[in-house]
Amino acid sequence: MTATEFPGTPMSRRDEPVRFVRDTTVGAAPPPSSVVGPWAWMREHLFTGPVNIAMTFILLALFLWVVPGLVRFLFIDAVWSGVDRESCIITEQRPVVGACWAFIRDRAAYFTYGSYPLPERWRVDVFFALLAIGVVWLLKLDAPRRDLGAFYFFIVLPIASYVLLVGLPILGLPIVETNLWGGILVTIVCSAVGIVVSLPLGILLALGRRSSMPAARLFSVVFIEFVRGVPLITVLFMASVMLPLFVPDYLQPDKLLRALVGIALFAAAYMAEVVRAGLQALPKGQYEGAMSLGLNYGQMMRLIILPQALKVTIPNIVNTYIGLFKDTTLVVIVGIFDFLKTIEAARIDPRWGAPTVSATGYVYAAIFYFICCYLMSRYARSVEARLAQADKR
Amino acid sequence: MSQVQSGLPSEKPRVSPINDPRVRSFVFQAVLVAVIGFMFYEAFVNARENLERQKIASGLGFWDNTAGFPISQSLIAYSEATSTYGQAFWVGLLNTLLVAVIGIILATLLGFVVGVARLSKNILVAGTARWYVEVIRNLPLLLQLLFWYNAVLKALPSVRDSARLPFGTYLNNRGMFMPSPITGERFELVTFAFLAGIVGTVIYRRWARKRQEATGQQSPVGLVTLGLVLGLPLIVFFGIGMPLTFEYPAAGRFNISGGMVVQPEFLALLFGLVIYTGAFIAEVVRAGIMAVSRGQTEAAYALGLRPNMTTKLIIIPQALRVIIPPLTSQYLNLTKNSSLAVFVGYPDLANVFTGTVLNQTGQAIEVVGITMLVYLTISLSTSTFMNWYNQRKALVER
Repeated sequence: MTATEFPGTPMSRRDEPVRFVRDTTVGAAPPPSSVVGPWAWMREHLFTGPVNIAMTFILLALFLWVVPGLVRFLFIDAVWSGVDRESCIITEQRPVVGACWAFIRDRAAYFTYGSYPLPERWRVDVFFALLAIGVVWLLKLDAPRRDLGAFYFFIVLPIASYVLLVGLPILGLPIVETNLWGGILVTIVCSAVGIVVSLPLGILLALGRRSSMPAARLFSVVFIEFVRGVPLITVLFMASVMLPLFVPDYLQPDKLLRALVGIALFAAAYMAEVVRAGLQALPKGQYEGAMSLGLNYGQMMRLIILPQALKVTIPNIVNTYIGLFKDTTLVVIVGIFDFLKTIEAARIDPRWGAPTVSATGYVYAAIFYFICCYLMSRYARSVEARLAQADKR
Repeated sequence: MSQVQSGLPSEKPRVSPINDPRVRSFVFQAVLVAVIGFMFYEAFVNARENLERQKIASGLGFWDNTAGFPISQSLIAYSEATSTYGQAFWVGLLNTLLVAVIGIILATLLGFVVGVARLSKNILVAGTARWYVEVIRNLPLLLQLLFWYNAVLKALPSVRDSARLPFGTYLNNRGMFMPSPITGERFELVTFAFLAGIVGTVIYRRWARKRQEATGQQSPVGLVTLGLVLGLPLIVFFGIGMPLTFEYPAAGRFNISGGMVVQPEFLALLFGLVIYTGAFIAEVVRAGIMAVSRGQTEAAYALGLRPNMTTKLIIIPQALRVIIPPLTSQYLNLTKNSSLAVFVGYPDLANVFTGTVLNQTGQAIEVVGITMLVYLTISLSTSTFMNWYNQRKALVER
């Protein structure tokens, strides 16, 4: 049957085309002007109903109030160069002073290296470069030989960094006391030690918590719940004032090491819970399959369980790590000059005593932390998206 | 193989003790216990030696000694000259709980508003909410606290040119000065009416639910709740002649006297905690709402429910199930993070105890131990309570 034929059409009329029946479909009429175009889009997204209209205008007013002020403070009225407070104080020629970027430029080295001796600062730069290689190698999912990368990151890098930063007189690297370290260097060292120690330790604790051995399980549960139940500050206090009491006199750890112990233990407890969630997400069949192949516990974990469990936990591991990175600011409490503390110290320095110096310092710190954390969270999200794609069929 | 086949089924296969799982696990655990026991023993011996050498007392003897230091904010009677370390402990603990409870309430409100706003169709609203969450979650709490304290609250005008706010409130760099209520005669009747209103509401709600389950008829629960909790005390209040006056802060030349003072330290800590935790709660709320599948909304519309009834009866009850567990951990985080009070000088438990008391007594083990135990108790009891609540709300599968 063609489009013109209908069951009720008389046979005699068959050859003549039926004029009043269309044989082609009519093209779709354009949507009414109220649902397309920029105006309709605005109506749907900005002006739906009285509440929404009110919200839109309130927010617009807020933006108009905040954004120009912010731009003026950060860029237009900002002072870009200078050597001391003279350039940033309010004078008659300059009644309005914005951000004092001259202060940041002047003290940038201090914010990066702390009081690390000037001729030795190249060692810190090499450390940053080595760390960057390790991070990229480990995090890039299609990088070659990622097993070597893990070996590099967890074994080679810590030793190399220790030699570089602390020094080894035999190699011609003079010892640099840790009380001279500061700034971004300390922030990075704290968080790097945190991740290098906490991941293996966290895996051990997670396996302990799921183990069938009551002693191992009890120890893991008590440790994890205890550390997760108290604030980091008290853990740092414990490491800083209680740890020296618990070790013999000749073995007193130095201040930075104490803080690192505190951070690593704290991060390990959180990492343990993240890894445990990954272990629980694996179907039981994986364990049973491994056992039926005759693998022992170590082989089963190393070859079958952990690779799969860690893969699905990468986003959560990175998120825990973001928390750890932010938490390193708390080491101030035990007298260590991390990045934020160097800013605190520099902003109250009378040489730079000007009204906007504090705010500029905080803005600089905010930009640094925001970029680092934002990149990490983007990475976590992209891995998550990739894993989600792998699960799609 | 042949050995196993020839043996009777009840006979156990012979395994060398090295490969016997039970033997191995026993040995492993024994070693673990020995190692941990040795570490504790060593720590104990060393601690005793070190304490003796440094002539630090041990034990809780300091608890009843006079503290001799001032605390800037106290909910209970505390005086520098006569109060003991024990009283200082309670002051600090109450201050911690005060900021934690107020913080939790405000952060929940903020978090729910922002979480819902992130799902708004209005792109300005959704975008603002998104950037708030994104920026705040990626900055350390300590940086935010220092910003609020040093760059905002300390930068407020000095006492002389305080900012005047409505209702006789002054704002300056020494804090917020508010009128303090002074209750007159028979005011306790109002309190009594308020409590009676709450009890009445609970009873009425129970009755209303039973009636709805039995007959399907709904009752105006919201209105009656409002009437009982707010209306009843108000009627009593006006009925007995409004026995409430306010003492307004009076601005002098160098200070403001009278009224109530909210210290900048408290405000900074509260702002910081609420804004920081609010961003995390917003994400929790958003994830919870997104977890309710779209089919639920469509089914509710198909049944003829209006949009706001759908939200109230279908979406929120299901979203709450997903929201509660991570919300609990956010509450715990807020409580633990309140220990950052140390950095802005708010006298909470960590500040009073691990700060001043530790410095004065030097008894690190006792002081840090007590502080940790307190936080541990708060954490464990909160999570127990929330687990109980979660179980009540959990899906009953048949």
